[in-house]
Amino acid sequence: MGTVPQVAWLIAAVCFILSLGGLSRHESARRGNFLGIVGMMLAIGAAFWQAIESELLGGLSQSGLSVLAFALVAGGIVGGLLAVRVAMTGMPQLVAILHSFVGLAAVLVGFSVFLHGHGSSEAAHGVQLIHDIEIFLGVFIGGLTFTGSVIAWGKLDGKINSRPLLIPGRHAINVVMLLVCVLLGAWFIQPAAFASELTALLIMLLISFVFGAHLVMAIGGADMPVVVSMLNSYSGWAAAATGFMLSNDLLIITGALVGSSGAILSYIMCHAMNRSFLSVILGGFGTGTAVAAPGVDRGELVHTATTADEVAEALKNAKEVIVVPGYGMAVAQAQHPIREITELLQANGTRTRFAIHPVAGRLPGHMNVLLAEARLPYDLVLEMDEINEDFPNTDVVLVVGANDIVNPGALDDPSSPIYGMPVLEAWKAKEVVVFKRSMGSGYSGVDNPLFYNENTDMLFGDAKKSSDDILQALRR
Amino acid sequence: MIIGAIKESATGERRVAVTPDSVKKLVKLGYQVLIESGCGAEANFPDSFYVTSGAEVLSNRDAVLAQADLLVKVNVPQGDEISLCKEGSSLVSFVWPAKNESQVDLLKQRNITTLAMDCVPRISRAQKLDALSSMANIAGYRAVVEAANEFGSFFTGQITAAGKVPPAKVLVIGAGVAGLAAIGTAKSLGAIVRAFDTRLAVKDQVKSMGADFLELEFEESGEGEGGYAKTMSEEFIAAEMALFAEQAREVDIIVTTALIPGRPAPELITPEMVASMKPGSVIVDLAAQNGGNCKLTRPDEKIVVDGVTIIGYTDLPSRLPTQSSNLYANNIVNLLTDMTPEKDGQLQVNLEDQVVRGTLVTYQGELMWPPPKVAAPSPPPKVAAVEVPEPAEELSGKSTNHWILTLIAVVLGAGFLWLLGSYAPAEFVSHLTVFMLACFVGWQLVWNVTPALHTPLMSVTNAISGIIVIGGLLQMGSDWRSPSSLLAAAAVLIATVNVVGGFWVTHRMLAMFRKQD
Repeated sequence: MGTVPQVAWLIAAVCFILSLGGLSRHESARRGNFLGIVGMMLAIGAAFWQAIESELLGGLSQSGLSVLAFALVAGGIVGGLLAVRVAMTGMPQLVAILHSFVGLAAVLVGFSVFLHGHGSSEAAHGVQLIHDIEIFLGVFIGGLTFTGSVIAWGKLDGKINSRPLLIPGRHAINVVMLLVCVLLGAWFIQPAAFASELTALLIMLLISFVFGAHLVMAIGGADMPVVVSMLNSYSGWAAAATGFMLSNDLLIITGALVGSSGAILSYIMCHAMNRSFLSVILGGFGTGTAVAAPGVDRGELVHTATTADEVAEALKNAKEVIVVPGYGMAVAQAQHPIREITELLQANGTRTRFAIHPVAGRLPGHMNVLLAEARLPYDLVLEMDEINEDFPNTDVVLVVGANDIVNPGALDDPSSPIYGMPVLEAWKAKEVVVFKRSMGSGYSGVDNPLFYNENTDMLFGDAKKSSDDILQALRR
Repeated sequence: MIIGAIKESATGERRVAVTPDSVKKLVKLGYQVLIESGCGAEANFPDSFYVTSGAEVLSNRDAVLAQADLLVKVNVPQGDEISLCKEGSSLVSFVWPAKNESQVDLLKQRNITTLAMDCVPRISRAQKLDALSSMANIAGYRAVVEAANEFGSFFTGQITAAGKVPPAKVLVIGAGVAGLAAIGTAKSLGAIVRAFDTRLAVKDQVKSMGADFLELEFEESGEGEGGYAKTMSEEFIAAEMALFAEQAREVDIIVTTALIPGRPAPELITPEMVASMKPGSVIVDLAAQNGGNCKLTRPDEKIVVDGVTIIGYTDLPSRLPTQSSNLYANNIVNLLTDMTPEKDGQLQVNLEDQVVRGTLVTYQGELMWPPPKVAAPSPPPKVAAVEVPEPAEELSGKSTNHWILTLIAVVLGAGFLWLLGSYAPAEFVSHLTVFMLACFVGWQLVWNVTPALHTPLMSVTNAISGIIVIGGLLQMGSDWRSPSSLLAAAAVLIATVNVVGGFWVTHRMLAMFRKQD
């Protein structure tokens, strides 16, 4: 009987692998999610089965079982409410806060294992040593994932200023914190009194909390896609560490899957910004050099403002239109009028497509989700590599609330802080219309030469309002 | 300030310097607008339209001139127009200061600030007020329309029940603004269009308009200052003439637009070439005003020589009065927008502004023309080629670094594994095996995920990392009140939030993705 849960967990692991595999294409994505749910139900069911079995054997009291059932139901209700209530623009915040839950759960399980296991250790020294290291690492990763995610959530939700917080000597502070943790770890794994081990673990937990918070505080708003996927990765490693603690292969497999998935996403995001992972994590981007960067005489640069009517006119006459959405579209909730504009244009025989830069928005794939929410067909939404060559044949490009991802300086101005970052080459189109609140520079504080191009017109104002106006003008 | 506009006095001129549209914009800039009754009639703008836009209409020209602080015109003022203007007032118009010295003199004497629309510098920023380009565009279009009007056949090739119609062949010489407009118009009428220009840089522009670019086997670019053409060497001209002679025998329509600033137009089409053309062919000479690219051209006239019609009209923009008035008036509005930064209806002459300085002909009783030379607008970016070797070296340095790092990593990894193998318990090693394999599986799987699904991927992985709930479940001990069990229960609660929330929100997102029907 004891192996039934093991087999169920094996199947669950396979389900999870197939689930991630299913997400490779739109067509199979829903099946992927479904498989994930099946796997999770199997896994929880098996664990519960084991708990019941142990209850029958007297290892677990009836009330203990009820407490577990209650926790499952209550957690499920809370999770369901969160998921139903969240607006698609609030997705980054939700993802961040969910990461923090995994971190917290890892911490709790770590402590639980520690409290439970202590005193009854008749295991060999080597086993105990590894076990202690596992607990220590699990709690550490869980702790920093928890606070890091909470801070990321605060930044994404606007509760905390998204500008990087740069404490003088912050790298030194981080190194010291890490060293102290290592020392505490050395103390922790020594066979010692329960109280002193608990103290070491608690102090380390506090430090890991501070460490996680400090790490994310130093990273600015536009680097959030990297931070969120990094935390995703950490939450996976935390789960894997818990698996090691409990000698549970399912947890290890799942944690490893999630961990490597987050790592790959971070890598993709960093690659899309042409920055090393380390430079993103160390933070502080876009504060120092940016102001002095533009080597051009500002006096000579003049932008052309345009009106919604003129843009509508240009769109009517265009054959090829590409829309480049950015975080500004999400903020202004402009995706709905943009979709309607797209429909009108298509009815008019104008091919209209969307170009998505990998780091547009605050979450990997953020723009795709928003456009899908506006019921825009996904086959109109293309990646940077798929569409970048088409800009020269495009009549009108609408840049909606994006800035750095269409900055030509990234390609031809070695003094630019974002030099070398792959960008959407919008400026090659015949006409570019930029929806923007004002002439202020973008998140990274880098001036954008695109705005001063002859073929660029600026449409100032809230992106939603501007899109609505264009829509009105198109309907007339 | 009061802006005044009067009926153009030049014979045959149908354009006007303000339109009802531009009046609206000028009023927004804080100006009052005063016009002479009927000034826009030829361009199909009745007085009533101007009134609706906020202009005041006076029937007396002299009254307009006497009141205006800023006179806007198309052609340089003639007759008594300057003497009737207010002393110290301003004028915006085509002036051609090189040709109209007497008028410029008079403007200077009367202390009038003169802004010449024909002197706007050719820099990117000033394109929106470049009236010469707007007019050239119209002239190019109209040139083809005039040619089509004289030409006895279709432009487009057709196969009809009555027989086959070959397409007309059009040669455009000079691919400036007018030339490109002519190419575009002829092409859209269906003709086969060829174009020639001494400036090789325009080849792509010509091709983008759908014409063939004729090339000489010759290495010489005719790119002169400010993007205009310059005079070419003798050998080049000989080769060029041979090309034109060959083309003349073949094509039906020739549109010439070749001009070199400050010189008479180059003579490109000789009488012999005209004679070699097919009867019924048409030549439109847009350079007629400056002597013509064809020797036989007579300015402002249409003549027929050996069956070839040669059109030398110099008033082509005026033949599209509504369009050209609109564009010209917009050019003026753009100039005044730049010169009225406060939008208070006060003209500010900023001599530091390169565009204003270039446009200024007379100011405070002084002759300001020609303006001091400014450095060439766009030096060719040859810097890039020089810089190449440097990064290459850096790269090789990086790659050796990379190798060293890899080596260190391998050594460290091997050492770690050896330690692990010697001391770690077997159970741990088997878990580690599973862990490493799972990492690789995850790595392979996730690379295949399409970027559009990255957000759902994150929420799914989020949900499945809630698998930590198992940890909580397994940790529940015999006494549920023990700290260990309470912590485990809390972990279960939190992790379940994650599981349910993650899957549910993924489902919501995936349900939104749809394909175009």
